Amino acid sequence: MSPEQEKGKTDPVDDNQAKGTMIPYFPGCTLKTKAKIFETSALRVARCLGIDLIELPRWNCCGTVTSLTSDDLIHHVAPIRDLVRVEDMNTMGEIYQEYRLVALCSMCFHVLKRAHLRVMQNPGELEKINNLMYLENDYQGKVSVLHFLELLRDIGFPKIQKTVERPLAGLKVSPYYGCLLLRPKEAAIDDPEDPVILSHLLEALGAEVINNPFKTRCCGSYQTVCDKAAVAELTFDILSRARTEGADCVTTSCPLCMFNLADRQKEVMEKHPEFAPMPVLYFTQLMALAFGLDESVCGFDQNVVDPRPLLREKGLST
Amino acid sequence: MIPKIVLTSDHVDFLKKVSELSGQIVTKCDQCGTCSASCPMVDGMDITPSQMMRLVQLGRREVLESKAMWVCASCFACTVRCPRGSDLSKVAEALRQILLRQAIDHIDIKSIPEDEIERLPQIALVSGCRKFTG
Amino acid sequence: MKRTGVYVCHCGGNISEVVDVKRVAESVGGQPDVVLAKTHEHMCSETGQNLVIHDIKEHRLDRVVIAACSPQFQGPTFKATLEKAGLSPYVLEMANIREQCAWPHFGFPEEATKKAMSLVGMAVAKVRLDEFLKKMTFPIGRRVLVIGGGIAGIQASLDLGDAGFNVYLVEKDPSIGGKMMQLSRTFPTEDCAACILSPKMADVAANRNIHMLTYSEIENIEGYLGHYEVTVKKKPTYVDPDKCTCCGDCVGVCPAVVPNELEEGLLSRKAIYLPSPIAVPHAYVLDAEACLGLLPIACGKCKEVCDPGAVDFSMRPELVRFTVDTIIVATGYDIFDAGQKKVYGFGKYENVVTALDMERMVVHSAEGNPMRPMGKRIAFIQCVGSRDEQVGNEACSRICCMYATKLSQLLKRSDPSRDIYVFYTDLRAYGKGFEEYYKRAQGDGVKFIRGRPAELVEDPKTKKITLRAEDTLSRNIIESEFDLVVLSVGLRPNEGTDIIAKLLRLGKSPDGFLQEAHPKFRPVDTLTDGVFLAGTVQGPKDIPDTVAQASAASSRAIRLMNRGEYDVDPVTAFVHVESCDGCGLCVDRCPSQAISLVANVAVINEALCKGCGSCIAHCPKDALDLHCYTNDQMLAQVQAALTDKKDTDVRTLIFADDMTGYRLADNVGTAKMSYSFDSRIIRVPSCSRVTPKLMLQAFVFGADGIILCESEKNSNPYPHSVPTIMSHVSKAKDILGQVDIEQDRIHFVQFVTVMLAGFVNNINRLSEIARSLGPIPAGPLRRLSQDMDKKLFGGDHDS
Repeated sequence: MSPEQEKGKTDPVDDNQAKGTMIPYFPGCTLKTKAKIFETSALRVARCLGIDLIELPRWNCCGTVTSLTSDDLIHHVAPIRDLVRVEDMNTMGEIYQEYRLVALCSMCFHVLKRAHLRVMQNPGELEKINNLMYLENDYQGKVSVLHFLELLRDIGFPKIQKTVERPLAGLKVSPYYGCLLLRPKEAAIDDPEDPVILSHLLEALGAEVINNPFKTRCCGSYQTVCDKAAVAELTFDILSRARTEGADCVTTSCPLCMFNLADRQKEVMEKHPEFAPMPVLYFTQLMALAFGLDESVCGFDQNVVDPRPLLREKGLST
Repeated sequence: MIPKIVLTSDHVDFLKKVSELSGQIVTKCDQCGTCSASCPMVDGMDITPSQMMRLVQLGRREVLESKAMWVCASCFACTVRCPRGSDLSKVAEALRQILLRQAIDHIDIKSIPEDEIERLPQIALVSGCRKFTG
Repeated sequence: MKRTGVYVCHCGGNISEVVDVKRVAESVGGQPDVVLAKTHEHMCSETGQNLVIHDIKEHRLDRVVIAACSPQFQGPTFKATLEKAGLSPYVLEMANIREQCAWPHFGFPEEATKKAMSLVGMAVAKVRLDEFLKKMTFPIGRRVLVIGGGIAGIQASLDLGDAGFNVYLVEKDPSIGGKMMQLSRTFPTEDCAACILSPKMADVAANRNIHMLTYSEIENIEGYLGHYEVTVKKKPTYVDPDKCTCCGDCVGVCPAVVPNELEEGLLSRKAIYLPSPIAVPHAYVLDAEACLGLLPIACGKCKEVCDPGAVDFSMRPELVRFTVDTIIVATGYDIFDAGQKKVYGFGKYENVVTALDMERMVVHSAEGNPMRPMGKRIAFIQCVGSRDEQVGNEACSRICCMYATKLSQLLKRSDPSRDIYVFYTDLRAYGKGFEEYYKRAQGDGVKFIRGRPAELVEDPKTKKITLRAEDTLSRNIIESEFDLVVLSVGLRPNEGTDIIAKLLRLGKSPDGFLQEAHPKFRPVDTLTDGVFLAGTVQGPKDIPDTVAQASAASSRAIRLMNRGEYDVDPVTAFVHVESCDGCGLCVDRCPSQAISLVANVAVINEALCKGCGSCIAHCPKDALDLHCYTNDQMLAQVQAALTDKKDTDVRTLIFADDMTGYRLADNVGTAKMSYSFDSRIIRVPSCSRVTPKLMLQAFVFGADGIILCESEKNSNPYPHSVPTIMSHVSKAKDILGQVDIEQDRIHFVQFVTVMLAGFVNNINRLSEIARSLGPIPAGPLRRLSQDMDKKLFGGDHDS
């Protein structure tokens, strides 16, 4: 089926009908549950661009955070095991010479990439980890971990622009990067202080990009577990500034950022009653909308702050 | 009350431990304050990130009693901006780990209300447990 | 019969605390031509030197070995000692048992002592074959090239011009004056920069011995001390400076508007313009790139209105060629490109400016023509682009604390209602009057906050800047709004410096600025003879230090030129006439074209010969040789280095060139970095001296590994040495391969003098390789020594 025909389909992605370039893909736990819409929209828009993201077989949770002490190896085992799976896919002929691994969740991307870099810089540690995982094949170091945005950049934003059916004209979007896509430098997909990758994507989709000076400020991350108030304050600052700059909505790339920026708006309004809700969307949802895909793929009914009134206002509803 | 400290060689042990665990040369921090000014969580801290480094430099174990490293969100803003090239996120992690490895958890999962657990995505719970429990 | 005196120095404990100097002296005492072997506390002191002079006379010594520090350190001292005793200074050899023995091996007295004995043995073997040579003297003229017309170049030119030397001052801008011309006032006295600079610039113009070439750039420099051939490209100004009356009528009619460089682009100028109110030469200049067009003439209005007829569109670029004897490099600096520090928003936020912008703003405010509103709340941010690994510059730029103290005071005093803050990490007020000036600023009410701002955010409506910093002294986070933020940008090397450095093969320090010959004792010399540094090209500094350095550089240049001649060590090639068969293979191989065939015998032109030794390897008859580093001497040193080697030992030979390799070995020792004891360093003028034959002979005599350490190509005084060495190494490796000896036993590495760790790693790696390969078996060694000449030269006359 051609990408154009694909867009009419409402059923979920059917792996048996893979057609485009096959690239291994790591979902991570949250994308299968609370952030399912992120996965659904991503897989479909990838299809439209001729990419089949093939879910990594027997993947395990990456651990969500990189262990930062010098002596801890055990917490690197889980992500390395996922990288071994990519090499296994190749050796077993499930894919041909494809060592890229695409992640959607910023945290998963960060952990997988840094685990790879850690063992590449410390061959002795790689040996220990390989020896520990004696039931698995040894990790050879071949995998190249990519965030989905990097893949899009490699495909080329002009090509993405050509695939756009309905430009998001008039929609003022503020890109929000969070931390783990950009810091530290070894894991960064763009300049930590002046990233442009989301802006370029949004421009290709026809949206108006609103710069937010707080676009790289942390959302509070795991502090949301025990200090909701702190997270609420950060969210208030980030979203208020976006609003002051003129944004209609904010786009993000991480389920934890999404939770903190969207779900926690409830706590923001408890402290700041004057705060008006601001829709927060995954960038892949915006891509799905721009590619003219069906409402079930865009998944706007699943966003905590319903973006549909805004989209209707802009004449962009599905 | 202004605390008085006596600098003895005992204090060096703590500095050495944190330096090894973090893999950072803590003594090269010149207290410029860039990390504190970059930190999005500093408003909720009792000591600033640069103050945390200072206490470690002086070998003062009481830094383990502070809230700062628990308020840290591991966002790496300090790491990316430190003019001396130090990775402060690793020093904060080292201080957390010193306590966590003594089986002193920072949060008690059981005390989080059920509806909150329902609401939180796994990504939050897993990372929270990784950072706050041993 | 040779009569050698050997002296082993304690060096005040530096050597004797590690090396058993008595044992070393005793070890050599037994050799047939060693008449005496003594130790002494301080050989370089007057008593030490007198001892040598006395012994030379009393014991009729005809050659001397001094085992002490590096010959690059006290070599000249001891050479002078021998001269005082009536002996040729070239029958002296120094065994480097300090920088290359006691210091790097400081924890290992036994190994250090054994190595010292070996090094002294090598020196004795070499001195045995020294010749009674004399210094070579060459004439030198009185012509100097000064590159750069800022305050450093101006001062150097004036000193030299006043002393009666001929100066070519080349400046790329249309006027001399440099960055100082852009400043408002100078710290700590608050002199008006332009007012004190202007008379100096006028002096340059008036000085008959200074030939100014402005709007000019260096195209090429070739040659060496006493013979630098310079080509300068002089851009046309299209205005005859003798006719221009500076009336300014042309400016009024010129339609082309471009940013004004003097004003850091904050104001504009026309294509035809006066570079500065105090410009020297004082004449208008037509900027061809800004002009609407000259070929063909698109506008021409300036010429129409020019009454004196000074505008001349027929001017063309000129190539000016001349020869000089010495060169002073004074190419200055650039300020750090503040846009690189993205968190500060320079270039995005209109209310963030650099300190140089602020200098111009202050100048115009003082004249009653403010450029733009400054507001009441002004913040200075220190260390922008300095002391910051995130932008790749660890170094401190030295002057920013003081210029911020100055600018903040000027702003505060001109409007006391202003609220001015300086955000610093350290406040460096080290110079004369600096601390007092800082105190005055504090007293005036300038607020100094110790904290480095992390980010600046602009208010989208008011455009005011919110700054976030920690006050590390009170441990508070400061988040405040300012009308204007000034970035105290650091000093960085500029593009012109890079170009000149490549042309003159000058080395760079780790901070990117040009490297001085010795940080303490030769701060304005470079490692290239006859080339000196002055001003910020060597590193950040303020105006008094720049002027002092410029005068220092002039005096160093005068020192070389004043006698009308200069001395050089007689390290030149020579021919064993009896062996030369006139084949002429060497003639084309000399990079300096110093060899010719006369009556079927090779002849060396000593004035042209640079002493690199490249020619030697090409002679199939061993007829070519090098004074002070003869073939026999090289072999004798190699043999002496291997003579005490036990079968279980590994022994590697390190050939190190004068300019970098040997210097680097000294630096490594001075830094007390240790490396393998297995190595023996042999000094050469350039590793192109090391012939394939010598390398192969070394293996025959028991060497397990050889490494050639040479200056990297761009800063090598012998431009052709690197390719020459590569071909020698390739040939030697080839032959090793032919006889089944591992080619990995020979290494060639290029260095710069700051690569200390690299040097250590390479030496240790070679020892490890040699150890893991094991000793070379007898069979391959036998095959190697058989028909060696045939292997080297046989059947290939183009080798």
